[in-house]
Amino acid sequence: MHGGKIRRGSSRRRRSPLALAALAAGGLTASAVGVAGASGAHAPKAKGAPIVIGVSLSLSGDFSADGQAFQRGYQLWAADQNRAGGLLGRPVQLDVVSDASSPTQVVTNYEKLITINHASLLFGPFSTLLTVPASKIANRFGYALVEGAGGAPSVFANGLHNVFDVSLPVVDNLVLFAKWIASLPPSQRPKTAAYPTSNDPFTEPQIGPAQKILEAAGVKTVYSHVFPAEVTDYTPIADAVAASKAQIVVLGSVDVPTATAFVQAFVQQHYNPKAFIATGGPDQGATFLKAVGASNANGIMVPNGWYPGYRNASSQKMVAEYVKKYGGTPSGINSDVAEAYSVGQVMAQAVTATKSLNNATLIKYLHSGKIFSSVQGPVQFDAKGMNGAAAAFVFQWQKTNFVQVLPSTDPNSVKIQFPKANWGG
Amino acid sequence: MGTSIVEAIIDGILTGGVYALMAAGLTLIFGVMDIINIAQGIFVVLGAYLSYALSVHAGIDPFLGLLITIPALFVIGLGVEWGFIRRLREGDRTAMSILVTYAVSIIIEGVLNMTFSVNYVQIHAWYVNRSVHILGFYLADIYLFGFAMAAVLLVALYALLYRTRFGASVRAALQDRTAARLVGIDVRRVSTVSFGIGVAVTAAGGMIFGATNAFNASSSYDLISRLLAIVILGGLGSMGGALLSAVFMLVLEDVVAVVWSPIWATAVFFAALVVVLSVRPAGFFGRQVARAQ
Repeated sequence: MHGGKIRRGSSRRRRSPLALAALAAGGLTASAVGVAGASGAHAPKAKGAPIVIGVSLSLSGDFSADGQAFQRGYQLWAADQNRAGGLLGRPVQLDVVSDASSPTQVVTNYEKLITINHASLLFGPFSTLLTVPASKIANRFGYALVEGAGGAPSVFANGLHNVFDVSLPVVDNLVLFAKWIASLPPSQRPKTAAYPTSNDPFTEPQIGPAQKILEAAGVKTVYSHVFPAEVTDYTPIADAVAASKAQIVVLGSVDVPTATAFVQAFVQQHYNPKAFIATGGPDQGATFLKAVGASNANGIMVPNGWYPGYRNASSQKMVAEYVKKYGGTPSGINSDVAEAYSVGQVMAQAVTATKSLNNATLIKYLHSGKIFSSVQGPVQFDAKGMNGAAAAFVFQWQKTNFVQVLPSTDPNSVKIQFPKANWGG
Repeated sequence: MGTSIVEAIIDGILTGGVYALMAAGLTLIFGVMDIINIAQGIFVVLGAYLSYALSVHAGIDPFLGLLITIPALFVIGLGVEWGFIRRLREGDRTAMSILVTYAVSIIIEGVLNMTFSVNYVQIHAWYVNRSVHILGFYLADIYLFGFAMAAVLLVALYALLYRTRFGASVRAALQDRTAARLVGIDVRRVSTVSFGIGVAVTAAGGMIFGATNAFNASSSYDLISRLLAIVILGGLGSMGGALLSAVFMLVLEDVVAVVWSPIWATAVFFAALVVVLSVRPAGFFGRQVARAQ
């Protein structure tokens, strides 16, 4: 779901084994093996046995929107890579199996990809929730797991040496926003803030650092509660935030439904904070805009590591290819696509540099401190496998445009809308 | 704090009415057929998608669209009953119904994903984001309208069951299928129509759900667990129990969220569920009580 971070830790609805069985029986679980062909005009055609890259993705269930966006990102990368001559002169072949958003199934899938399908390389699944078990399996078999959506601390807490996240570390997501608020002149700086957050490994780690910065800047916390991922009714929580009259709302959300539920309740309560930032949901492009209503999106912010307008040559190329292949407009592209594409880019650079498919060699190289390039910007792994070079941004909906507003010193940033416009304005 | 608690209670009652509507069909189907319809959640989402499609593609107001979606879901319910439920053997139909209706749910989910994609959508109408200011509280129009509609439909359902000849047949089948057959009631026909009605009422609940939540086909998984908890607490087969337990559940969760912490709201509800079931194993209005109504 969202760039540099979204739902990386989502832990909502998990599908039971019964569901998996039914899915398989119904033929609705995709076990898609895709070979991206097409040679470019100037590149030697890839030949020989394909290099199989194993991936488990959430093509159904709770994370299906993200999983399918990830699949598109991987497929775009594979097509481009094959067009450019493949890897080590051989075509790459994605072996995608669906985990139905289940942390149990993802274990089975990676075991199968390694031991039965004999995948040479592995790409990561969607979300922290699934990356944690996937990384353990990969580690047991000595595989490198390069991933783009497992940036929460819990992924790196196991001390594994084989997991590499190409995206912005989750804990840093809100820091830029918090520092910007803290830098405002006292006369303009909001006085109070509310921090409702889902109990999710993606959202919770983001709240603490931001809250600490804001409190140090004199912004008083008037609401700070964690709510369960599976909420029947967001209304009382949102109403309580509204009753607090907080001037800033920092919402730890993992998806569009959570963010839109809070917006809807705020509109109904005639409560309009000066600043409203949500960790996930607003970065979902057209999906968020349609769900929340264009006039209500105006002024809402989201931290992220990528957006479709990112001034990066490879990103712009990927965006153009995406629109050509899948239709729509750049603003409708989910940042999951870029995260997945970045995974392929980084792995390809490591394989090319080492001229090897040996995972031990690749792990060593990925840990060497080399800087990789990706559609999300530079990637450099620290000792834990986190991307220490990742760029952090804050984006904002201004009317129907999704624009970069922070860092304010970045020439690509436009003036931030503050205070945010009234609902419907 | 006092104001917040009152507001939470109001929220809980209004939302509970809508959940009661979703659960009513589930409990009706179980009462008459001994079928645990795991597909009820996806039927709610299907109802939401139908309302969404009519609104977006035909410009039909979601409430007005119920004139189309309720009959449509009734027909779909008949089809599911004919295609899947009727074929279950009498002896193990309750257990098998879980598996079969789950399969139905998965099939419908797949069709919805192919038709509408997995991207979240939400129903919009002029009243969705509006509210009225009453006694110091902002009450959302959509919940007020939804509660009123739920009340009307539940009363209509009650009237159907207790004021019509068909309702008498349903209640007879609900009390004892074999005895009902012996007195000449076409239990199979009653079952089919009851299943259709049980599915049809979800169209209304689905419309409200879709107007208050961004949803996709996977949203049904959260719903079914809630709906099952509601009908179990209310007593399987009891319409009044479904209403009472839905309101109880939502009020309890909402109040706990405000007074204590949202993180404990769901846990407290399920703790209350365990306590109630330990005292009244059949729920508020368990099967025996319900069948004696």
